[in-house]
Order: sequence, then structure tokens, then C-alpha cells
Amino acid sequence: MLFNSSNQKSRKKNVTDKLQKNEIKSGFFKSIPVIFGYFPIGFAFGILAVNAGMNILETFLMSLLVYAGSAQLIAVGLLESQAGLLTLTFTTFLVNLRHLLMSAALAPYLGHLSRLEQAFFAYELTDETFAVHSIDFKNEKKPPKRRIFVTNTSAHLSWIGSSILGAWTGSILTNLEAWGLDYALPAMFIALLVLQTKNWRHIAVAAISLMLSTLIFWNFGGHWHIIIATLTGASVGLALQKQALKDAAP
Amino acid sequence: MHYASEKIILAIILMAAVTYLPRFLPLFFLSRRKLAPLLEIWLSYVPAAVLASLLGPALLMPEGKLTIQITENIYFWAALPSFVVAICTRNMFITVLVGMGSAALLRLLI
Repeated sequence: MLFNSSNQKSRKKNVTDKLQKNEIKSGFFKSIPVIFGYFPIGFAFGILAVNAGMNILETFLMSLLVYAGSAQLIAVGLLESQAGLLTLTFTTFLVNLRHLLMSAALAPYLGHLSRLEQAFFAYELTDETFAVHSIDFKNEKKPPKRRIFVTNTSAHLSWIGSSILGAWTGSILTNLEAWGLDYALPAMFIALLVLQTKNWRHIAVAAISLMLSTLIFWNFGGHWHIIIATLTGASVGLALQKQALKDAAP
Repeated sequence: MHYASEKIILAIILMAAVTYLPRFLPLFFLSRRKLAPLLEIWLSYVPAAVLASLLGPALLMPEGKLTIQITENIYFWAALPSFVVAICTRNMFITVLVGMGSAALLRLLI
């Protein structure tokens, strides 16, 4: 066998190409549950948006630029009731404030991204992409960039696509519920929650957050229940772990 | 009367801005410094806390009313097989399919 430098270079390139292709495949594969979860919501959003008076372009722009399912659905309701821009903006801010915590939670794993890459990552951070990434990142010091961006972009494109499809369809007659499509998102969250649960402390945190969040929402409505329940739950987790460390030390 | 087009565009821009900043600023400020160990531990519980906070009202009050009566709240009951399957398989795909199937089945039967 003739081992010259161009053979070695082309073999190295083949290995690199394979790794890159694997990252892309893996990234796309990870986005599939997110795409499933997004479809019914995006579709519903599209329908509601045009019924509220938005056109397809505006529907597209909202899904492209805001990219936040619950906020978009709430916004459509507000637009329909002729709420003011201030109410709309502030409500959106409140509803999405939980992403602040999610961004903080992922930050330790993304130091190796350039500022521009971080800016792009942040743009596509949603409940769903957060949940998917936070599971993967726990086992990785430096998550592969290509894979995470493929996941994010596939998810985002599918969100936009579902919204446009819904806007196009535009009629009230959806039968999403008969197919259980509306349950894709809660089911996805259930799966992600279970996957997040590594020990009994996580279970305790989840139980407390779940009950507190429901209690607050039941009593007050609004959007603060998510943030308050998250802050409380995470703090309980910290307290439990500190206690466990104290007990372990002689 | 519908919102004028320019107003909607403005609304979208404002919404995008207030949505983007909380997503970006923590990443910008916290990703390149070593976080205090306590903060790291605290953050490690955020995913479970957030998911549970989102699920609570979604499963117990899907229509805004707190009830687990099966005729009024399919979501709670469809969650039971979903949780079981999630715990047993630890597989997202299967869990989502089971969840959707359970919801569809319950709607058919109830």
C-alpha cells in the first residue's frame, strides 16, 4: 500500500465527513419528537391567526421572529379582543420569562460557542428545544455545534411550516382532537420530565413544582405560576441536595 | 374591526424583542464564567421544575377548570398511561404515540 500524504488527507476527510454527517443525522433525529409536538399547536395557531385577522405573511413572521407557541396563541386572543400593544408586549414578556431560567440552565454547556452562535442558539430556545438539549447536555461537556443547530433549525422550520399550513387551511373545522394530536405536546413534556428525573430529588422537585404551579394558577390565573413554581422547585432541589451532602460528610 | 397591518407588524417586532432578550442575556453573561457551585446545582433542578410547572395546569386544568372528572378532563387520564410508558421505555417517540393514542381513544369512548 502506498501511504502518501494525499491518501492520509483523503482518509482524514472521509472520517470527518462521516462524523459531520452523523451529527447532522443525529441532530435531525432528535428534532423529530419536537416536530411532532409542534405540529398541532403550530397548525392551531395558524388557523386562529387568520381568524383573528392576520394574513399568511404576518402569521409566518410571527412564527419566524417570535417563535414561542404559548405566547403566540395568547397574542392571537389578545389581538382579537383589540388589546393594546402594551398589554400584548408585557403579557408576551411575562409568558416567556421562564426562558430566562432555561437559558441560564444551558449556559454552562455552551461556552464553546462563538457569541454569534450563542445569539443564534438563543433565538431558537423554546420549552421543547430546551427540554431536548438539557437531557443531552447532561452527558456532554461540549455538545457538538452542528448537531444542536440542526436540531434547532429543523424544529424552527417545522414550527413555521405548521403555522403556514394552518393559516392556509384557515377553517374552524379542524379535527385535531379526534386524532389526539392536541395531546402531542403534553405527551412530549411528560416524556421529557421522566427523562429528566435521575433521582428521588428530581421527583420531589417535580411534584412540588407541579402542585404549586397548579395551585397558583387555580387561584390567580395569569402567567406567574410557572416562574414561581420553577424558582421554588429548583430551590427545594438545592436544599435537598445540600442536606444530602451534609448527611454524607462525617 | 381588525388590527391594521402596520400595528400587527409592530406587535410582532415588540413581541420578538421581549421574547429574545430573556433567551439571550443569561447565555451571554453566564456561559463563559465558572458558575458558583450552588448556582450550578440549583440550575440542574430547573428543567424538572419547569416541565412540572408547565404540566401541572395542563393536566389538571386543561380548560381552565380544576377537575379530574374523565368526562371533562381527558388530559389527566391520558397522562396516566403516558407516564407509565415513559418510565418503562424512557423513549420519547413511544410515549408521544401512546399519549396521543390514549387521548384519541378516550375521546372516542367518553
